[in-house]
Amino acid sequence: MALEKSMAAIPEFLSKAELLKQGAEARVYRARFLGRPTIVKERFRKQYRHPLLDEKLTHRRTVQEVRSVLRCRRAGISVPVVYFVDYSSHSIFLEEIVGSSTVRDHIASSPPSARCEGLEPLAERVGQVLARMHDEDVIHGDLTTSNMLLRCGPEDGVSELFLIDFGLSYISALPEDKGVDLHVLEKAFLSTHPHTEALFQRLLKSYAAASKKSSAVIKKLEEVRLRGRKRSMVG
Amino acid sequence: MTIVIGFEGSANKIGIGIIRDGEVLSNPRRTYITPPGQGFLPSDTARHHRAVILTVLKEALEQAGLKPADIDCVAFTKGPGMGSPLVTVALVARTVAQLWGKPLLGVNHCIGHIEMGRLITQADNPTVLYVSGGNTQVIAYSERRYRIFGETIDIAVGNCLDRFARVIKISNDPSPGYNIEQMAKKGSQYVELPYTVKGMDVSFSGITSYIEEAAHKMISSGQCSAEDLCFSLQETVFSMLVEITERAMAHCGSGEVLIVGGVGCNLRLQEMMGVMCKERNAKLFATDERFCIDNGAMIAQAGWEMFRSGQVTELEDSWITQRYRTDEVEVTWRD
Repeated sequence: MALEKSMAAIPEFLSKAELLKQGAEARVYRARFLGRPTIVKERFRKQYRHPLLDEKLTHRRTVQEVRSVLRCRRAGISVPVVYFVDYSSHSIFLEEIVGSSTVRDHIASSPPSARCEGLEPLAERVGQVLARMHDEDVIHGDLTTSNMLLRCGPEDGVSELFLIDFGLSYISALPEDKGVDLHVLEKAFLSTHPHTEALFQRLLKSYAAASKKSSAVIKKLEEVRLRGRKRSMVG
Repeated sequence: MTIVIGFEGSANKIGIGIIRDGEVLSNPRRTYITPPGQGFLPSDTARHHRAVILTVLKEALEQAGLKPADIDCVAFTKGPGMGSPLVTVALVARTVAQLWGKPLLGVNHCIGHIEMGRLITQADNPTVLYVSGGNTQVIAYSERRYRIFGETIDIAVGNCLDRFARVIKISNDPSPGYNIEQMAKKGSQYVELPYTVKGMDVSFSGITSYIEEAAHKMISSGQCSAEDLCFSLQETVFSMLVEITERAMAHCGSGEVLIVGGVGCNLRLQEMMGVMCKERNAKLFATDERFCIDNGAMIAQAGWEMFRSGQVTELEDSWITQRYRTDEVEVTWRD
């Protein structure tokens, strides 16, 4: 009885929450949880995939997301605080980063002429944060500019960079995994923001300077890029 | 009125199609089919194409009811693809273009798939999933390029299916993918296989190694049937494809999906993509085997768009290339 009650509690809670968007992984709600502004990520059942596969992926990703967020937090990387996790509905309750916008929107809204020079401090910041994360052996798995938030600091100008969406993350110390992580970002970055090659180079440079283990990772990144070239074989 | 003839032969299909302002006048095709357990080798494939290409050309003109003089432009596949089949087909295209005194146009094969899909389905600005034996890409258009948001980091999904078919000796007639699809309908038991998604990218080499190693043991020990493996393989790889497509849609804020390429005519893939689209109020566009699988009309259609925007390929530039990425082409025919 108690179990049934708690299982019904989350859907009921979410039915009153404000649905922000339906991402690829989950429905994202805004709510107040114990008086705090909260974002709830509900990994709902994906009808298109086999129930066994769906259950396995959903459970694994919920666990992994929480685990990596905690690990990043412990290392002093800005990520939302985890308030509560419910494994029956695969829901994670996270701190809402109030007053933030995605790095993607930030780049898109800056005038094309300023896209490279004006955004250099941001690119450097992203490089440093990713270096910290990789030094903790956290592989994000889905790095895009949509998965980074910028919050303006109390005094204008100093903004804080948050990493979000760790559903595809895992722990690995291998340069290969870190190199692929950067490759995923590089492709998402350049396809989302055309003509920003120089900006991305800046990001990589700052990553290389900030990480203790970067030389092996950058070497792997170059290898992975070449692998990519070979892909355009038989039509 | 602009009439373009397109020559395609980058893999084991040879096709010649004629397009007149969005209308497919003819689109004959032949497929080089190898015995079960064998793939198609470049030199044998080229030999096959050489043997039939003039017959196919004649059919294309006859079915369209046209004379060479009616044609405005000769388009051919510049790449990507297998070297010798590409050379064979380009040579014929070059020859007829000179005989008929018509301009030539080298076309990117992947762009051909996209433009054909857009023509047939009338999708306006879709997120494109391009899946075939050689390519696996999630593509969206922006600022004059078809940009690749996600792709395979190793082998293509069709290659993964083909190699599995070879391991358990599934027939290549009409195609290994078609036969896997039919067998999968009789499978029911879901066998867990490696599932690898990295952001908007996927990897199939792990599944291939795993299944090449395990398939015979699982079948002979009675753990599962060949049909169960076909079913499980499809469920796994298609889930990966739907997932990265959905991720790209969420990232780009897109409400349309178009599936192109040979694997795109798999009805189970279309069904799964349809369910995903329904869940997020998006629209799915797909075509059937006539236009999904490599064909000449798709080269003609991309050629038509390029020709109308003022492009031609000079004879000395009419070489082919095995590597030719979708995002290398400047799209001069879209805003």
